[in-house]
Amino acid sequence: MILVFLETREGKVKKSSLEALSEGARRAGEMGAPLTAVVVGPFDPAQASGVRALGAATLYHLDSPALERYSSEGFVQALAGLVAEAQPRAVWMSATAMGRDLAPRLAARLKAGLASDCTKIALAGGRLEYTRPIFAGKALMTVALKGEPSLATLRPNVFALGDAKASSGEVVKKAADVDAGAIKAWVEEIQKEQDAALDVTEAEIVVSGGRGLKGAEAFDLLRELAALLLRSAVGASRSAVDAGWIGHAHQIGQTGKTVSPNLYLAFGISGAIQHLAGMLGSKVIVAVNKDPEAPILKVADLGVVGDLFEVLPPLKDEIKKALAE
Amino acid sequence: MNIFVFIKRVPDTESRIRIRDDGRAVAEDGLNFILSPYDEYAVEEALRLKEAKGGTVTAVALGPETALVVLRKSLAMGADEAVLIKDEAAESYDGLRTATILAAYLKAKAGSFDLLLFGKQAVGSDNAQVPSMVAGLLGLPQVNVVTKLEIGDGAGTALREIEGSREKVVFSLPAVVSAQKGLNEPRYETLRGIMAAKKKAIPVLTPAELGLSAEDTASRVEVVRIEIPPARKAGTLVTEPAAEAARRIVAFLRNDAKVI
Repeated sequence: MILVFLETREGKVKKSSLEALSEGARRAGEMGAPLTAVVVGPFDPAQASGVRALGAATLYHLDSPALERYSSEGFVQALAGLVAEAQPRAVWMSATAMGRDLAPRLAARLKAGLASDCTKIALAGGRLEYTRPIFAGKALMTVALKGEPSLATLRPNVFALGDAKASSGEVVKKAADVDAGAIKAWVEEIQKEQDAALDVTEAEIVVSGGRGLKGAEAFDLLRELAALLLRSAVGASRSAVDAGWIGHAHQIGQTGKTVSPNLYLAFGISGAIQHLAGMLGSKVIVAVNKDPEAPILKVADLGVVGDLFEVLPPLKDEIKKALAE
Repeated sequence: MNIFVFIKRVPDTESRIRIRDDGRAVAEDGLNFILSPYDEYAVEEALRLKEAKGGTVTAVALGPETALVVLRKSLAMGADEAVLIKDEAAESYDGLRTATILAAYLKAKAGSFDLLLFGKQAVGSDNAQVPSMVAGLLGLPQVNVVTKLEIGDGAGTALREIEGSREKVVFSLPAVVSAQKGLNEPRYETLRGIMAAKKKAIPVLTPAELGLSAEDTASRVEVVRIEIPPARKAGTLVTEPAAEAARRIVAFLRNDAKVI
C-alpha cells in the first residue's frame, strides 16, 4: 500500500497534495498495491469524491479536537497510529511548508528513511527509487531507502495531476488518539503577507526581477504584469532581496526557494549559478536582459536583449490584448 | 540560557558541482567550503539571545576533522564552547542518522538546555530533516523556517514562513528552532575573536563514545546515483526594439509555450 497524506487548508485539499496522490496512483498501479489517502483534522466531505476519483481506494479522515489546527506533534501522533495499523510500504506527502515540517518528525517517530523534495519516483527491481535535487538542483540524486515504510515529500508543481475516473472508494472516519497535553508548539495566528496571494513555489507563472530593476519601485511593474496572469507570483534574485527591494519569501535560488513553474519570466536577472539552480526546473524560461552575454540568456527558451523598462509597458499591452481575444 | 547550535561545513553556494567517477558522490576536491548560510543565522541568533539574557552558547558539528573550521568560526563570532562529533563516514544524506547522533550527544553530554538552534537546512544536501527529527527523538516542540524569534520565561514565540503567509507559533522551552534567512544579519568575526578561537580547545567525541553502535549509525539511504541534470539549451534570441520584442514574447507564450 502507498499512503498519501493530503494537506488541507480551510477544509480543502491542496492541489500539490492531489499531485502527490496522482503519483501515488501511478506507482501503486505498477506495484499492484492499493492506494490509500489520509486527511487529518477539519475536512469538507464534499472533497472526498475528487480524492477517490484520483484512485484512492480508501480515504481515512483522522479527527480529534486536538487536530483542529496543524501541529507537527499532534499530526505525527495521529499519522503514526494509522501507519502502525495500515502498514503501508510508502508514505508520501507534498513538500510544502507543512510537509517539510511534518515528514521528518514522522520519520523520526517511525525510524524510517525519508527522501525530501522529490522530483521523480520510479519502481526499479521491485523497490521504489526516489530522485531529488541536491545543491538546489545543480545535481540530481537518486536514492533507495532501507526498510519500510519509506517516506518521501514530493515537490509541488512537478508531478502531473491524474485523470479523474469513476471510483468506488470509501471514506473511513476515525477518531484519532491524540494527547493534546503532549503538544508544546501551537500556531496562534496566521499573518497573511500583503504581497503574496500565492507562493512562488506554488505559482504556475513566476515573474521575477533582479538587480536590473534598480530599485523597489520597479517591482510594482512586475506585480502589475503578474496581476494579469492567473496563478502567478513575483520572484526575485538574491541581489534584489539583499538590496531590500522585496522580501526574502520571494527569493529564488540556492539560499531562497526552488521553483518549477510552467513559465519563468526573468527581468534584469543576470543568472548567477546560485540563481539558476533555483529555477532551471521551470518548463519554459523567458528572459529580458540588457547584457547579451548574461548567463540567463544561455538557458532561456526565448531571450530578449533589451531594456526591461522599455519592454515591460508594451509587453503588458500585448498580453492584455492576447487575453482579451 | 543554555543554548546549543548545530552547524555544518558545506560547499560554497557559488560552487560548480562535479560528480565523482563512481557516480555516487559529489567530488570534493577544488570546492570551497563554508559554514552553511542558514546555520550562520542560527549562530547569530544564539549569540543575540545570550547577550540579552546571559548564558552559554555551544556550537556542535558532526563530521570529519575538516569541520573544525566552522566550529572555529562560531567561536570567533562569540560562541563560548565548541564540540566536534567526529564522523569519518561519507555524506550519508540520511537526516535520521545525523539526528540520532545529535540526540545521543544531547542526552549524554549536554545536561539541561533551553534552546536547540539549527539552520533550516544544510545547503547542498537540502534535506531540511535534522531539526524536526532531533525534536521528535527528544520529544521537544519544533518551529522551523523561523524569521523572528522571541524568548520569554520558559516559553517563546516565533514567526515561521509558510506559503504566502507567516505562522505565529507559541511554544514551551526547551525547544528546537530552525533559522531562515531574514532572522538576523550575522556579525563578522573580530580579529580578537579569531585569535581567541585559535587557542580554544575543541573537545572531540565519537558516536561510539556517545553509546551508539555501528547499527545505530548505519545509513538508511542507499545512493543509487548522482548525476548532473542535462544542460538547458539556449533558445531564440531576440534583439529587435522593445515593441517588436514584446510582440515576439507574447507570440512565443501563446504559440510555442502555450501558457497564455
